Amino acid sequence: MTKDECKKLVVDIIADIAPDEDLSHLKPEVRLRDQLQLDSMDFLDIVMELRKRHSIEVPEADYIQLASLDSCADYLTPKFNALAAKS
Amino acid sequence: MKRSSHYDVAIIGAGLSGLAAGIRLAHFGRRVCIFERHSVPGGLNSFYSLGGRKYDVGLHALTNYVPRGVKGTPLGKLLRQLRIDRDELDLCPQRQSRVVFGPHGGTGLRFTNDIAVLEAEIAPRFPAQIDGFRRLADQIRRAEEAALVSAGGSARELIRRHITDRLLEDLLLCPLMFYGSAQEHDMDSAQFVIMFRAIFLEGLARPPEGVRRILRVLLAKYRSAGGERRMQCGVAGIIERDGRAAALRLDDGEEITADHVISSIGSEETARLRAVSPTGAPDVLAEPPAGRLSFVESIRVLKCQPRELGWGNDTIVFFNDSERFTYARPAQQVDVRSGIVCFPNNFDFAGRELPEGLVRITCLADYDQWAHLPEADYRADKQHWMEEMTRSAGRFLPPVPGGALEAATVATDIFTPRTITRFTGHLQGAIYGAPQKVRDGRTSLPNLYLCGTDQGLMGIIGAMLSGISMANAHILHPGARE
Repeated sequence: MTKDECKKLVVDIIADIAPDEDLSHLKPEVRLRDQLQLDSMDFLDIVMELRKRHSIEVPEADYIQLASLDSCADYLTPKFNALAAKS
Repeated sequence: MKRSSHYDVAIIGAGLSGLAAGIRLAHFGRRVCIFERHSVPGGLNSFYSLGGRKYDVGLHALTNYVPRGVKGTPLGKLLRQLRIDRDELDLCPQRQSRVVFGPHGGTGLRFTNDIAVLEAEIAPRFPAQIDGFRRLADQIRRAEEAALVSAGGSARELIRRHITDRLLEDLLLCPLMFYGSAQEHDMDSAQFVIMFRAIFLEGLARPPEGVRRILRVLLAKYRSAGGERRMQCGVAGIIERDGRAAALRLDDGEEITADHVISSIGSEETARLRAVSPTGAPDVLAEPPAGRLSFVESIRVLKCQPRELGWGNDTIVFFNDSERFTYARPAQQVDVRSGIVCFPNNFDFAGRELPEGLVRITCLADYDQWAHLPEADYRADKQHWMEEMTRSAGRFLPPVPGGALEAATVATDIFTPRTITRFTGHLQGAIYGAPQKVRDGRTSLPNLYLCGTDQGLMGIIGAMLSGISMANAHILHPGARE
């Protein structure tokens, strides 16, 4: 799993959670909340979709790591790869 | 399919809040079953068939309507949380509504889904109040979500900080009370803010098919998410063990265990399920009393569109013939001094027309004077009040030539507080539930939660948001700060 692949997975989740948002020009370094209308309920859904689709657990203390696509990729890619290594 | 006797979550009631909670839970992999005593889903917003027609119970309009593209409002939040596309609900906005007071309907305000229309109505009629109205609307617009949750204040006091004319105060409160207040005489200030936004700042809308469209979408979503539903399968008791809700006893005696129970049937109604202990001995639990406000509603089906009778394009008319608007349980069987006239045909269905004309007239009613009538008296009283409500409401509508209304009428039906209790189980026919809400949805059992009317959000949109937020808060991510 590369960081770019990881970003795509996150964007796929956001596309399902917020289908009314335009995701075509997202800046990976900018906070998602500054580019999209996402509130705390939406972020909790991102966390739950990560668990549901990819069995990735994000503890509450780490929610802040999901602020931007870049920070998502930095945080989640190692988790994806660790899971893949186990299976 | 083999039916289980254990679930992660058992939901009592297949109304809008129960279905919405079920969708959230099933989507995130919980094994859920909804138990509904009636044969039809929808609860306080259900439907029924009579004479080959389907009638909505309760749906006049959905609140919180915003045009496509407006974000960050309750409707958008609901659609996202339930993963429903806006188009699926087929929402069509109202054309215009009126609040009209006085024995001859002498004072009134028009409003539409554009707040500027209401402002333009207030300015010439209440020139000393218009600045105050704008300040009030602005304060409501800017009120933070968290501030809304802290209830207990008085709506009238809040209004009076900006508006000093009692008539205007009552004109503004009338539609908000009729469409969402469980409290008599005054309104909870947090609820007032919610309803002001929902109706005046956002707006009213309806699918052409009425409530069945919404129910069909929710049921399909729930099913495809893997949720189970048992109809004609009521819950007779909640069995407690070790300080937790351990099981539900169904009407037929079967026991179902669950890790969590969400009840949408009302706070006192739920308490009564708990009060039936395994030994059958009643147990009195202190719960807030049931609601006091109920209604009689008449439905008239016409062979033509209402405007063809001369009734114009009003979607909803809120009327009151007296100097002050009294929103309270009446001393009489029905209080026809005030009420609502809803013309479901007069939403903007984008070129479509409803196949028949419909007029709904709703007035406050006293449950006790309906509940125990012998059948013949019940039927006679329903007819009597249908005529009285039609006569009273008629004073506030353009006049219809004598005999024309009867000639155009193909069917009528009336439901009363007794009908409401009979089909939903809500005590006292209280469609808006108990006056004291349980905003956190908690009960004295750690795994039994309330959603729906008595949790505090009312109406169709409110009910769905209630189910969503209770499922989120107590089961999906308990302890998360929102």
